[in-house]
Amino acid sequence: MTTTDTPRAQADRTYPSYAKALWQRVLLTREFAVIALLLIVFFYSRSEIPNFDGPLTIYYLLLDVAPILLIALPMTLVIITGEIDLSVASVVGLSSVLVGDLHQGGMSIPMAALVAILVGVLCGAFNGFLVAYVGLPSLAVTIGTLALYRGLAVGLLGTTAITDFPEKWTDLAKDRIGDSSYPVIVIPILVLVILFVLLLHFTPFGRGVFDIGLNDEAAHFSGVNVARTKFWLFVMAGAVSAFAGIYFTLRFGSSRGDNATGMELQVIAAVLLGGVSIFGGRGALHGVLAGVLLIGVLQSALRLDDVSANVINIIIGILLIASVMSTSFLTFVARTTAGMKRRASDGSPERRQRQASAHHEGNNS
Amino acid sequence: MKFSNKKATALAALAVSAALVLSACGGGSDSDGGGSGGGGGDLSVTFLPKNLGNPYFDTSDKGGKAAVEEFGGKFSEVGPQEATPDGQVPFINTAAQQGIGALVVSANDPKAIGDALNEARDAGTKVVTFDSDTDPEYRDLFINQASAEGIAKVQVKMIAEQIGDAGDIAILSAAANATNQNEWIDLMKKEIAASHPNIKVVDTVYGDDDDQASFDKTSALLQKYPNLKGIVSPTTVGIAAAARYVSDSDFKGKVKVTGLGTPNQMREYVENGTVDAFALWNPEDLGYLAAFAAKALVDGDITGKEGDTFTAGKLGDYTVGADSTVLLGDPFEFTKDNIGDFDF
Repeated sequence: MTTTDTPRAQADRTYPSYAKALWQRVLLTREFAVIALLLIVFFYSRSEIPNFDGPLTIYYLLLDVAPILLIALPMTLVIITGEIDLSVASVVGLSSVLVGDLHQGGMSIPMAALVAILVGVLCGAFNGFLVAYVGLPSLAVTIGTLALYRGLAVGLLGTTAITDFPEKWTDLAKDRIGDSSYPVIVIPILVLVILFVLLLHFTPFGRGVFDIGLNDEAAHFSGVNVARTKFWLFVMAGAVSAFAGIYFTLRFGSSRGDNATGMELQVIAAVLLGGVSIFGGRGALHGVLAGVLLIGVLQSALRLDDVSANVINIIIGILLIASVMSTSFLTFVARTTAGMKRRASDGSPERRQRQASAHHEGNNS
Repeated sequence: MKFSNKKATALAALAVSAALVLSACGGGSDSDGGGSGGGGGDLSVTFLPKNLGNPYFDTSDKGGKAAVEEFGGKFSEVGPQEATPDGQVPFINTAAQQGIGALVVSANDPKAIGDALNEARDAGTKVVTFDSDTDPEYRDLFINQASAEGIAKVQVKMIAEQIGDAGDIAILSAAANATNQNEWIDLMKKEIAASHPNIKVVDTVYGDDDDQASFDKTSALLQKYPNLKGIVSPTTVGIAAAARYVSDSDFKGKVKVTGLGTPNQMREYVENGTVDAFALWNPEDLGYLAAFAAKALVDGDITGKEGDTFTAGKLGDYTVGADSTVLLGDPFEFTKDNIGDFDF
């Protein structure tokens, strides 16, 4: 195919994904496919959906996706290690109730928020302890804590709601940056996005996250502290969820035990749509950001078009299935074409080995 | 070669899903374009119930739709699947973006959706609440389905008629701390003391709006008070459970059950003679009135201040009361003769 056959083959053998030119590696990925889809849907909606190009669209859209965007950051890392955290929405609810309850008891909003974040850290640490150090499966642990934290939230406040928050703080949650259509919540989101991108893609800790997802045994023997890494990821998920809970409470001016029920599924759906493999080891944050925004844009555009909530859910569900299926479909295509090529080619052992490693990568271990 | 094939297929697969999503969008906007053609911008009225798929709100929205069609506006119904305030806010935001004429909303929280409603009002949308109000500063008008006095009065009237204005009765309520129910029960007791001296309320029990608990409480009441002549249940769950118990027991015909119920739950017991009459407001009329009130606001006929009057189609003339509230009227009594007309 190209002129430099020998060095390429060598590189292929160990790092198949580094065998191509930089622009191909960056652009021809699932992440950029999601970004392209986001742009297509966005510009289509701008031209075709009435009022989508109005001044309020971006503002409300960002307010709506903010909590999902926030929680998707640590969730991406958790899923890349091959674990999952289903308790995030319950931590949002618990944090919301704590802010309301403590504020009603006379505490200032920043103090109440601080306590809520500390409790979020504790919730995450409890998940992390059970998963990383006791060695229980995260699916089971976080289904348990999903019920536990939600139960605490509803138990603290009962079926009542606290809606008496100072205007200063509820306005801040909805404030705009200057006269732009960007709400101020974008600032902490950007800070966290930068921190998480650095952490995942530019630090040894981040390499360890991918290694654990591909093979935690191998990660352990290559010097990654598997338990500690997982533990801190769950702590991050708890802390960020609690922060999202504070924002949620102030944005809607309402502290209720059932706040954000079911949000964990929206977060996980967005993360998977963004190209993260549910089996771990694969994913990137720019894809996840595009996944969250894609769901946000679709919801906003369809609502403006008077499409009812359940039809919106159906469309997003189909999109998610299509995106997950595309991975399996690609593996199938890769395998069939590889099989055909093997029959046609010389079948040297080196080549076969290369194909085997490619299959491995395609299957996501 | 192999890898570029794989990536190309990835793009193709996503393009297919893009096409799928886009065609879904396109289909929606086509039908939308056809609908809004004749409506004009200002007379679009959107109903936002507490949640979708709720027969009560299906009925009120039906009334709203009939009214909007009657005056030639554009009707739409949106809503969350769960009855939560944060579920309603995105739909209120959408109304603000669309700049619709009026939003008719049943609030899931009196305060939490307030800021979003005010943003919509800033964008020029009139806000009418019905069924469940917000604090007055967040809406232009509230359509009240019934006053507490009206509800208390009609229940006392029904039970008095059914038991011959004399004897022991009991009350089967919802939760012990339910604000609405407790207010009605207090007013009923006052009304009985004032105008029906021969009726005695021997007990008030609480079924917590749980079907089984209400059923068990009915059973206990009838054993404890063998001379009981009637049970009044000012909650839809309670009255249905009480009617079911009485209908299957020896007390059928001897103990009268009445209160607030919905036709679909009570139909069987009205038709088999366990229940003579029960009351509720008519949600269809409620939606109808709310839509006409929205129109009057959009047209500038009323501003929502006390004393404003407007005409609501077949329902006649209404006057805005204190706190920008319009009262639908006296509760509606459902009997064997009219229950067939209702499905909610």
